[in-house]
Amino acid sequence: MTIRLGLPSKGRLRDKTAAWFAERGVTIENAGAEREYAGRVRGVEGVELVLLSAAEIPRELAAGRLHLGVTGEDLVQEKIPDWRRVVTLAAPLGFGHADLIVAVPAAWVDVETMSDLDAVAADFRARHGFSLRVATKYHLLARRFFARHGVADYRLVDSQGATEGVAKNRTAEAIVDITSSGETLRANHLKILADGLILRSQANLCVSRAAPWDAPRRALAERLEGALGVRLLEKASATP
Amino acid sequence: MAASRAYLPGGRLGAGLAELAAETARINALFAAAGAVAVEPETLQPADIMLELYGEDIRARAFVTHDPVAGDLVLRPDFTAPVVRLHMAHGATPARYAYCGPVWRRQEPGSSRPTEYLQAGVEILGAEDPIEADAEAFDLIRRALGEGPDAPELSALTGDLAVALAMIDTVEGPERRRAALRRHIWRPARFRALLESFGPARPEPGPERRALLEAVRAGDEPLRRHIRRHKLVGLRGLDEIMQRARQLAEDAALPPLDPGRIALIERALAVRGPSARSLAELRDIAAEAPALTPALDRMEARLEALARRGVDAAALPFDASFGRALEYYDGFVFEFRAPAAPHLPPLGGGGRYDALTRRLGGGRTLPAVGGVVRPEALIAARRAACDDEGAGEAGPPGAPEGAASRPAPAEETRA
Repeated sequence: MTIRLGLPSKGRLRDKTAAWFAERGVTIENAGAEREYAGRVRGVEGVELVLLSAAEIPRELAAGRLHLGVTGEDLVQEKIPDWRRVVTLAAPLGFGHADLIVAVPAAWVDVETMSDLDAVAADFRARHGFSLRVATKYHLLARRFFARHGVADYRLVDSQGATEGVAKNRTAEAIVDITSSGETLRANHLKILADGLILRSQANLCVSRAAPWDAPRRALAERLEGALGVRLLEKASATP
Repeated sequence: MAASRAYLPGGRLGAGLAELAAETARINALFAAAGAVAVEPETLQPADIMLELYGEDIRARAFVTHDPVAGDLVLRPDFTAPVVRLHMAHGATPARYAYCGPVWRRQEPGSSRPTEYLQAGVEILGAEDPIEADAEAFDLIRRALGEGPDAPELSALTGDLAVALAMIDTVEGPERRRAALRRHIWRPARFRALLESFGPARPEPGPERRALLEAVRAGDEPLRRHIRRHKLVGLRGLDEIMQRARQLAEDAALPPLDPGRIALIERALAVRGPSARSLAELRDIAAEAPALTPALDRMEARLEALARRGVDAAALPFDASFGRALEYYDGFVFEFRAPAAPHLPPLGGGGRYDALTRRLGGGRTLPAVGGVVRPEALIAARRAACDDEGAGEAGPPGAPEGAASRPAPAEETRA
């Protein structure tokens, strides 16, 4: 009987996550070589480590195949449509900060707000014969945000990487993407709209409400709570 | 369950399917008796043409697939647009069409809406008397829902986008103001924000906007330099940016819209209640906005046409803002719900969509009105009514949590 804990398998997110756990006396050990995606948790009993891409962790939490997981709030909200029903954000971890924003070319001096973007979308469609294209991998969050601001005549274009370059490459006019310092945006001659902040995200320790939480697992989780100083269970048990 | 279909457990075989087939045959016969010929648009429609016609909500929920030859294709999310497209390419006018078949919408996890469901509908294209056609479309859907065995009790709701369109025409200033409002007629919150932004409550420009307005006043070359401080990337060109900058300067110099006018428009769009009373209220508003009168004359004539068809037109519920969530309607709109089955979407609905024919007709416009029935929801409503009588409960067992108290979004009206 174990609790399955999903952690990012590579990069700075993995290192910072390991450090966060280590500070609380819980050691994340790679079983073998650096590149092997297997590992162990030391310092607390009954926790099975699952290493996978941060982008896959929300889906696994939603499916109840992970009890706990570390991933970005942006990914939780994007990948799980009705996320509050199935996942609880138990603790923000203080790293992996990223803002999900709407950006347009800096030379669009006539566009400061979402309302301007909407007006430009109408002109753009009339002149070019197709809807203004917004490149993103955050389809759900972008669509909701644009709907909330009443933007019409736009079309989402999927972009899984190097999204900041789409305007220069003429494959889209605007973007919805994450940024931390804004440097990549500036380097690509883009600016953030004044009311274009969709979400301030950071890495979170997440609890699945869809995973089986039977009595032995709840006991294990209580012990983990003690070590981490984070309340997991009360939130997890608040399942409707 | 493999044998389940939208709203109907066990509707895919045996007695369940037979009941559904009988229902759709009855509806088809009713539409055929009204002179409609059968039409069957392709299941897979060209994505580039079709998706531009729908609002973002339906567009986002369309199933898109790809063919190496035909390109991106979409599983039809409704019938109206494909039928109009077919008619504009091949049909002789006037025409009336009847259809029955599945449509597909992607749904979010946790949603109780089906991804596939049946629509049985009728479209009346190019009718000589649009007011009679409005009344006929309403009556056909009403009878399709109300004449079957154990027909459920229905509650109707109507609206007329012509009211909002006429009120927009009373807005003073450049045409782009009215165009912007028309474009957002389907998004009430955005519509209101735009309207307010034309009035005295418009915010003072910030430093960035002031610098832009100054650059416009200084002339083309300073404006060009103001833009060129940044590297110009992307498809939107210098001339487009300059053009809008000049418009912003013009707008900033315009006198604000009279707050009384704004209030009058909001008052007109807030009218709701029985049709006769709503019409009287709108007549009062028209005393201050004469442009509204032709729309109200048509509304009055429509109510008379409905009364001739046996509808209690004076009491028919009306809401001036109803129908504003569906992006292709531009006139009379209606829907029918089953009060005994509040967990179900509207059982049927429809409306006028002249503007859609222009977008698909290459400049040619036809008067067009139509409506659909959801046969599966209709049967489910009938069963719910029976259960209700038997058990005396408010809703059928197994209704999704929270669904009973929450009406389906207005977008579901036609769809």
